[in-house]
Amino acid sequence: MMKTFNTIMNSIWFWIGLFILTYIIAMDAKNIAEYLNAPWLTKYPKDWIFPTKTYISSFMNWLIEDASFGLFTFTEFTRAISWTIEQPYKFVLALLSSGFTSGFGKNIVQILPPLSWLGVLAFVIALAHYAKSWFLAFIVGLSFLYLAVFGQWDSAMITLASVVIAVPIGVGLGLMFGIYAYYHPLFEKILNAILDLMQTIPIFAYLVPILFMFGFGPVSALIATVIYAAPPMVRNTMLALKSVDPEIKDFGIMTGCTRFQLTWRILVPASLNQIMVGTNQVIMLSLNMVIIASMIGAGGLGFDVLSSLRRLDIGGGFEAGIAIVILAIAIDRLSQAFAVRQVQINKKHKDYGVLSRYKRTFIVIGILLSALIFGQFLPFLQDFPKAYELSTGTFWSDLIKYLNINYFDYFEAVKIFLLKGFMLPIKRFLLSVPWGWMILILTILGWKFGGWKLALLNLLMSLFIVINGVWDKAMITIYLCGASVIIAAAIGLPLGILAAVNDKAGKIIGVFIDTLQTLPSFVYLIPVVMLFRIGDFTAMIAIILYALVPAVRYTAHGVKNTNPELIEAGIVSGATKWQTLTKIRLPLALPEILLGINQTIMLALSMLVITALVGTRDLGQEVYIALTKADTGRGLVAGLAIAFIAIMADRIISAGAKKARIRYGMEAE
Amino acid sequence: MLGSTKFVCKNIWKLFGPDAEKFLTKNPNPSLEEIKQAGLIPAVRDANVEVEEGEIFVIMGLSGSGKSTLIRCMSRLIEPTHGELMLDGVDLRNISDKQMIEIRRHKLGMVFQHFALLPHLNILKNVAFPLTIQGVSVREAEKRAEQVIELVGLKGYNKSYPRELSGGQQQRVGIARSLAVEPELWFLDEPFSALDPLIRREMQDEFLRLQAMLKKTIIFITHDFDEAIRLADRIAIMKDGKIIQIATPENLILNPADNYVEEFTKHVSRAKILSVKSVMSSTLCDSEEEVDGSAKIVDVAEQIVATKTPIRVVQNGQAIGSIDAKKIIEILVKQV
Repeated sequence: MMKTFNTIMNSIWFWIGLFILTYIIAMDAKNIAEYLNAPWLTKYPKDWIFPTKTYISSFMNWLIEDASFGLFTFTEFTRAISWTIEQPYKFVLALLSSGFTSGFGKNIVQILPPLSWLGVLAFVIALAHYAKSWFLAFIVGLSFLYLAVFGQWDSAMITLASVVIAVPIGVGLGLMFGIYAYYHPLFEKILNAILDLMQTIPIFAYLVPILFMFGFGPVSALIATVIYAAPPMVRNTMLALKSVDPEIKDFGIMTGCTRFQLTWRILVPASLNQIMVGTNQVIMLSLNMVIIASMIGAGGLGFDVLSSLRRLDIGGGFEAGIAIVILAIAIDRLSQAFAVRQVQINKKHKDYGVLSRYKRTFIVIGILLSALIFGQFLPFLQDFPKAYELSTGTFWSDLIKYLNINYFDYFEAVKIFLLKGFMLPIKRFLLSVPWGWMILILTILGWKFGGWKLALLNLLMSLFIVINGVWDKAMITIYLCGASVIIAAAIGLPLGILAAVNDKAGKIIGVFIDTLQTLPSFVYLIPVVMLFRIGDFTAMIAIILYALVPAVRYTAHGVKNTNPELIEAGIVSGATKWQTLTKIRLPLALPEILLGINQTIMLALSMLVITALVGTRDLGQEVYIALTKADTGRGLVAGLAIAFIAIMADRIISAGAKKARIRYGMEAE
Repeated sequence: MLGSTKFVCKNIWKLFGPDAEKFLTKNPNPSLEEIKQAGLIPAVRDANVEVEEGEIFVIMGLSGSGKSTLIRCMSRLIEPTHGELMLDGVDLRNISDKQMIEIRRHKLGMVFQHFALLPHLNILKNVAFPLTIQGVSVREAEKRAEQVIELVGLKGYNKSYPRELSGGQQQRVGIARSLAVEPELWFLDEPFSALDPLIRREMQDEFLRLQAMLKKTIIFITHDFDEAIRLADRIAIMKDGKIIQIATPENLILNPADNYVEEFTKHVSRAKILSVKSVMSSTLCDSEEEVDGSAKIVDVAEQIVATKTPIRVVQNGQAIGSIDAKKIIEILVKQV
């Protein structure tokens, strides 16, 4: 029985039949439901909704109002955390941006101004020179100069202050967790499961509880940033410690190291390379988080982008967005240079006098002090003169205006064509498939690719979605994400193949996708909104741009790394180039391509919440609404629903890729 | 004091797999088949070793013979499944972690196959490292480190980093580092296996020179039979986790325990290892010349072959037997 069932499922006709059947059911669902007088078949009744979100919300209320650990209450606990984070943040913020003040309200007096722009510029240049070379100093200096000249200085310093605080906390926490997990295998397993789940839950979902517990403000934003940025540090730490040569660890034990000595004097220093990779990722993720964090109270560049987006001020948003990218590049290069430097500490130091040895330090301190003293009389030393500031904002706005005036019809035609011919049919189809049937199909899919375990997982996860009353929103999510992924794949696969077979094209495409990857996700939204206005289509374009990268990258990698012997075998058999590509390279690259599509889906899902800003009606919107209302239950339920969709897609596709690899003998069963 | 027992391994077992300990308590002396049937992987089976003070004890075996696991059991880097370890009469498996740390800090030293130098520290700091772990002040530790670095012939390399040195130099650092704490029991885990053959010989000589000076109790692991013969006072041959024979190099060649051991001995140059007295005949004879009984054949072969008649063998001025050219030629020809 089982065996026949499996053979049936392996037949392509079974799937075609299932699809046709689904289509027919979807078309006639309303009639059938009416005929049977069972409206619940098509629409999950409101009365059946299980109030998970109410429970979560009242739990959160209890936590904040009544929960107590005996000696202190939960609220006192969260306040203590806020206070601890706030103190260093306030100090750095004062140093970089606001200056030191005393008194309150009207009596507020500035005791000391913030560091002057010249001083900060000198400092980062000196740092870059110390870390690597004059060339790096030039790049970093130019980046900071850009921030000053284009009027982004103040915002950039606020952003920098939050990065300066978030990164050490993230790195420290990541190290602690990683080290603890290294010594406790059980903890490592639990931690890995949590990290996996965190990767699929959209960031927004945990913004809501943070907002609820810590209130709106920079501290909440810092906490959210740390939670977002620390996981790669945990993973890298575990990886780093494990990669230490076992002989070196044995040596440590034989020398009679205590565990503390073994950790801090042997394992961590010996794997500093990998740990610095983690640190670098923390820095990059902190900067990625800048815009999202501004939704719960971070100021700075992120806030500028967000508010421009809300005002539909294309120029302003673009400028601030580019400033984030430039800041990110400068800090990234700087931290990478430090990482390399840490590892090659053996530059031979010749002993000059104290003055020449610390000449960088003296110069920087000199500039800072003179800017502080003379800045009182010569304001341009303190702040970059407003008169010399440039703005590209109007240029971008004008460009968009010009495009809109002259090419509006073309844009509109493309939009309507794709909407009517492609997007809406998918949406209607998905929404009209009865929920019970859809769950059945998901379960069968799970069975086909991953056996009964995956079938059960899919069943439970899709039941969670329907029981919590977010089924329709989930379907819209799948539609929006699915449509984007189809187009992203349709563009990405050919680009990937082209990049693999043609070196020149590969280089150009490489630069293109590298650029796409460094831009913060919000930046895509601005020009697209300007050209196509608000709606699903705009959201789709933004998602495609954001999610395209892995499709291209994995395809290129898969096609390029086909076993050369197999290609030679093809050539010897007289295959044309086209035949080698279609008959040898592509089929063998299939597992890799599948993984690329999987990544594309993950990125598309994580972009959904951001596109909520342009008025989608999916789960992302649900999270966004929950965020504005600080409704923890609603936000978490919607967030989990997105995570479950992501997990189902991920497991099905990974299982499919694994099956393909096994069939090709690339992996053992 | 030479001759007293320094370190004892008694009935050491190491089986990998679930519930190995339970399995051994139930069946204290299982056969290879029984172990495999229980789904366990045997790494060391019932190893018994007694190492004398000041002795170079070599454990020789091919890869997979369990020699690396055995030395790791001896140093408790791996916990043995069963067995006793006694160092100076102290039961190493029955002391607290703290005491074990103290013993490692002051009594044990280990040299590793791939040197295990800390990449982030320079040579001086690497060698001083074990001392600073003990809490010795940096200045004192580095002073001592400089002495041992000079001892292994690396003076002037203090500020270099490990990757700037050649393999042989790196292992000298490894040796210096393990000697810095003046260990009583010195483990060397295939210390020269990663080196080129020429360098390997040079390092073996260096090792013998150091040992002549320091007289440590040494447990030395190798897969190279020639190396074992060259360095050892006694050799233990391992196969499939079991020690099949423990003997002096000379005895190993004269009385191999089985074909496996004999196979190794076939290819060594016997004349260099065998002494006159181990191959002489016990009949006394009169001759003008005489040879010392403990001399190696290779050193006296020419003298004996040049004489037509048998030569008297003496020890401590007393005649103990005789030897003739025929015997010498036999030994010289037998070697490959």
